[in-house]
Amino acid sequence: MNLVIATTVELAAVTTVLLLVLATPLAWWLARSRRWWSEIIGAISALPLVLPPTVIGFYVLVALGPASPLMALLHPFGIHTLAFSFSGLVIGSLFYSLPFAVQPLRTAFEAIGDRPLDLAATMGAGPMDRFFSIGLPMARRGFLSAAILVFAHTVGEFGVVLMIGGSIPGKTEVLSIRIYQLVEALQYGEAHRIAAGLVVFAFLTLLALLLVERRIRGVQP
Amino acid sequence: MPYTIVVSILLGATSPAFAADAIVAVAANFTEPAKEIAVAFNKATGHTATLSFGASGAFYAQMGHGAPFEVFLSADAERPEMAERDRLAVPGSRFTYAIGRLVLYSATPGFVDDAGAVLKAGTFDHLSIADPTAAPYGMAAMQVMQALGVYPALAPKIVKGSSITQAYQFVATGAAALGFLAQSQVFNIQGGSRWLVPKRLHKPINQQAVLLKTGADNPAALAFVKFLKGPRSIAIIHRYGYETR
Repeated sequence: MNLVIATTVELAAVTTVLLLVLATPLAWWLARSRRWWSEIIGAISALPLVLPPTVIGFYVLVALGPASPLMALLHPFGIHTLAFSFSGLVIGSLFYSLPFAVQPLRTAFEAIGDRPLDLAATMGAGPMDRFFSIGLPMARRGFLSAAILVFAHTVGEFGVVLMIGGSIPGKTEVLSIRIYQLVEALQYGEAHRIAAGLVVFAFLTLLALLLVERRIRGVQP
Repeated sequence: MPYTIVVSILLGATSPAFAADAIVAVAANFTEPAKEIAVAFNKATGHTATLSFGASGAFYAQMGHGAPFEVFLSADAERPEMAERDRLAVPGSRFTYAIGRLVLYSATPGFVDDAGAVLKAGTFDHLSIADPTAAPYGMAAMQVMQALGVYPALAPKIVKGSSITQAYQFVATGAAALGFLAQSQVFNIQGGSRWLVPKRLHKPINQQAVLLKTGADNPAALAFVKFLKGPRSIAIIHRYGYETR
């Protein structure tokens, strides 16, 4: 049981850190781009919101399998398949939770507006400088929201893990899968206990998110 | 109404006065034969059968909470027995409609030999099975590995699908090199390589059906259960690699 919790938390934590790093430049570009076609990229990055998780999971399974051209690129490094591995779960989770990082970050970056950035530019700040000294600090609320949402969403992930995990203890067996298996095996008592734990966790997470947002609103009216 | 009488005569004696519909919960491994049986059932009786496919365990959980299923075709004997004990089923209606056969299958030709020696060689990364706590085919797979004495060596390579359908997906996509599947799933697939696991290596996979109380008064549900025991159904069941009593 502890192993399952550890795997779940580790997956959510790794996904959150990686996704914040990967989604930030994308969200920044989406927020600042003035070209209409940037919304094509915006729409693609939001697709996981609409697609059934098992569909995402199935394609990730195919992409990470030994027959995939993607994996052929990794053959020189001795990697033939990432399906049923922790790394594979992380890759699936990155896709699955991408919109939950991009949307809050983009909103936060857009809220900064052009003025502070234009002012900084007239004072000689380059694009990187503007991003690090204005973009990042002013969007910290967005980062916090994104981190909490991604972490919580990954803990609740089911369909993707079901498709690519294979339920290997210590590697790919997470809480949501455990609950499903317990219900299938008619062990309702244990399933209720884990589900109750997840509900408490989800409630506390969302409460924290709302309190953080309220506090930041209070500081910057 | 003379017109109604004419129509009844035209439809012939086998058609009932009222064509009804039966809602049937079908274990995932029995998907294909069940579809064929439903078509034959409709032709023979005029009734229709609406089929839902899924894991037996999930169906059982839903049945206890008001799901509208009228007939339950489980992948095992345990859950129909429990349905009887929990008074969800009509007493005495339980019977074995098919006996499943386990097969070790790989999408790669020549990979699985006809004696299962590949299990001892262990020249693969992942072996796919259905979750043994929920799926009888997964349980049978565990028994086979234990009987052959290869389980301790293979345990780290086992990946579990939530149902036998998912165990098949893992193998079909090549994500797992081979897997223990239901013979019915790969019976009509050419190519690949397979070993029909001898029956003595695992307990029999008796797939039982039961009439649920929700369907006790539905002529279509009663007729479906009767049709499932009949020669036309049995012929279809055999054609998909199952055995019968």
